[in-house]
Amino acid sequence: MNSSESSLSRFDTDAFIKGLWRENPVFVQVLGMCPTLAVSNTARNALAMGLATTFVLIMSSTLVSIFRKFIPKQVRIASFILIIATFVTMVDYFIQTISLDLYRALGAFIALIVVNCIILGRAEAFASKNTIGTSFLDALGMGAGFTFALLCLGAVREIVGIGTVFGISLFGPHYEPWTVMILPGGGFFTLGAWLLFFNWLKEREKKRQAAVLQIEKEAIQ
Amino acid sequence: MNEFDLKKMVAQASSWEMIRALGGIGILCSLLIVFTFKVTLPIIEKNKAEYLEKSIFNVLPGATNKVTYKVTDNNDVERTDTNESGVRKVYAGYNDQSELVGIAVEASGQGFQDVIHLIYGYSPEKKAVIGFAVLESKETPGLGDKIQNDPAFLNNFEALDVALTDDASAPKNPIEMAKNGQKHHPWQIEAITGATISSRAVTKILKQSTEEFIPIIEKNLEKFKRNETS
Repeated sequence: MNSSESSLSRFDTDAFIKGLWRENPVFVQVLGMCPTLAVSNTARNALAMGLATTFVLIMSSTLVSIFRKFIPKQVRIASFILIIATFVTMVDYFIQTISLDLYRALGAFIALIVVNCIILGRAEAFASKNTIGTSFLDALGMGAGFTFALLCLGAVREIVGIGTVFGISLFGPHYEPWTVMILPGGGFFTLGAWLLFFNWLKEREKKRQAAVLQIEKEAIQ
Repeated sequence: MNEFDLKKMVAQASSWEMIRALGGIGILCSLLIVFTFKVTLPIIEKNKAEYLEKSIFNVLPGATNKVTYKVTDNNDVERTDTNESGVRKVYAGYNDQSELVGIAVEASGQGFQDVIHLIYGYSPEKKAVIGFAVLESKETPGLGDKIQNDPAFLNNFEALDVALTDDASAPKNPIEMAKNGQKHHPWQIEAITGATISSRAVTKILKQSTEEFIPIIEKNLEKFKRNETS
C-alpha cells in the first residue's frame, strides 16, 4: 500500500491492466464460471453479458468505495449485495429497452449477475479498502478482462457451432455446424482449450524469465 | 487477530451504525431502482408492443393495420383499445383497402424446456392458418429452436387447413403431426428431424388453440369484417 501512495499514477495503470491480463478473472482467477459457460454461445450474447457485468462491477465498486468508511464490518456483505442487486436490476431494465431479443437470449443470467463472485470479490477484496479512483480503475480492468474472456469463448463457439460471427456468415450455406459447440458441452471444451493456451503462455513466460536470470547469474560469476 | 482485537472490532460498530448503514444504502438503492423503472417502463412497453405488432403483421401477410378485440365470456368479441391483461384477445389485421386479411391469435403451452409462446394468423377466406411465429421459447439451441426459423417447418403454416365442421363447433380435421416426409393432408404439420418434442408441442398448442378460437372467429366474422365498435 505504501508504494501506491508514493507513485499513484503508475499504480493506477496497474490496477487497470492487472484485471485485463495478469489477473484475468476468467483465465487466471477462474471466477464467474456460471455466466462464462452459459452465455458465451454467441459473440453477441458474450459481449452483452460482459458489458452488463462490467457496468455492475464499476458502479458497485465505486459505490462500495464511497461508503467504505460508513459501512460497519458486521453488515458489509449485506450492504454489498444490496448495492450489487440494485445495479443488476437497473441493467435488467436497460437491456429490455435496448432489445427484447437480446433480453430473451440472456434469459435468467442477467438476474444471476448478482451472485457472480467476481463482483462481490472485488467489492470485498479491493473496493472496501481502496480509494474511489483506484477502485473504479480496478473494476474497469476486471470488467474489461471478463468481457475479453467471454468474447474469446463466444467468438470461437459461434464460429465453430453456427458458422457465423456476430451473425455474419463466414463459411457460406454449405458449412455443417458443430452444434455441440453452442450447447453446454461446447462451453466446457472451449474454456478448457483457452485455459490450456493461457497456461502454456504463462509457463513459457516463466521459463524465459528463469533463463534470463540464469544468464545474468552466469554473467556476474 | 487476538481476542482483544476482536472485542474491540465488535464493540466499534454500534447497532445504530449498522442500522444507519443498511437503512441508508437501502433507501438510496430503492430510489435508484424506482427512478430507473420509471424512466425505462414506457420504452420497454413500446418495445413489447412493437414486437407483438411486428409478429402480427408477420403472421398475417399483407396486413398493414391491426385492431384488438377481446373475447367475452359468451364467446362474443368486442373492440378494445385498452391494454388490459387477463382477458382473451385476438388481433384483426386489415390491408390498405381496409379489408380483413385475417385474425392473429396468441397461444402458449408446454414445450421441451419451458412454455412456448407463439402467435398464428388465420385467414377466414382460406379457412386456414396462414402464418406462424414463435414469440418466446427456451427450446434447445440448434435443435428445438428450429421451430422458430427452420424454413421447411415454417412452410407447414402457409396453408394449414382448419376448416370447421358443418355445425361450426370445431375444425373438421384436428391439426396433427406427421413424421418428416410423411405429410399427406393439408391439416398435418411435418415435424423437424431431431426436434420431435418441440414439433409435437407446437402441434398440440395449435390444435388446442384453433379448437377454441376458430369457432369464435367464424361466429363473429361479420363483426371483424365491418370493423366497427359494438
